[in-house]
Amino acid sequence: MDESVRKAVLSAVPSLRAFAISLCGNVDRADDLVQETLLRALANIDSFQPGTNMSAWLFTILRNHFRSEYRKRRREVEDGEGHYADTLKSQPDQIGQVEFGEFREALAQLPADQREALVLVGASGFSYEEAANICECAVGTIKSRVNRARTRLAELMGIENADEFGPDQQTRAVMASGE
Amino acid sequence: MNDRKPLGLQKQMETAATNRSKKGDPKPAKLSREVQARLGQQLRAMYDEVLNEGVPDRFNDLVNRINGGNKDRQ
Repeated sequence: MDESVRKAVLSAVPSLRAFAISLCGNVDRADDLVQETLLRALANIDSFQPGTNMSAWLFTILRNHFRSEYRKRRREVEDGEGHYADTLKSQPDQIGQVEFGEFREALAQLPADQREALVLVGASGFSYEEAANICECAVGTIKSRVNRARTRLAELMGIENADEFGPDQQTRAVMASGE
Repeated sequence: MNDRKPLGLQKQMETAATNRSKKGDPKPAKLSREVQARLGQQLRAMYDEVLNEGVPDRFNDLVNRINGGNKDRQ
């Protein structure tokens, strides 16, 4: 394997992990997913076209693998809608610090399609076009999923209006009384 | 076996979404820039937490091992 290819694969790993964690909500499972992705990718490295985006190629493999595994699992367990959220709740310290707790919980409640679109565009740094390629859908579909995801997150976190954050209640009361 | 192709599934889901919105779901209200910025910050902060962990040893080893294996075969 070409040295530049090896470097490109390794440098994509942190972002792949972050994406995998956001998909399945569990660090251990996410790392298994990354491992399986790397094994598949390296076994098929000849089908990677040099000069194209390695990161996007790996993300596509990871997403496809996750989807097929997830469907299999769902048939096995007849997983309910709230399974992802429950996974998060049962392993709070695995996912990270408490400060993002509220945000994580809200993210966990989004439909999977919306969550992955939001993460790809809002955190992984992919363009709408790249995200559409990764998710095998139209650019417009990604845009609408991202919008829906943001709106729903804001609802869940109670920050639909700009008024609802920034100065806290007390500061606002003081400001209001000064008028 | 019964696996539906991802693309087929995608299309079904999109069709379902389109049908729903045709039934008159209100379009999501536009969020202020401030709200969007705050959501974006939180999302990136969460993501960056993982990025800051770098490449765990198991993946470094995996990639290097396979790389070495390829060289042996050539």
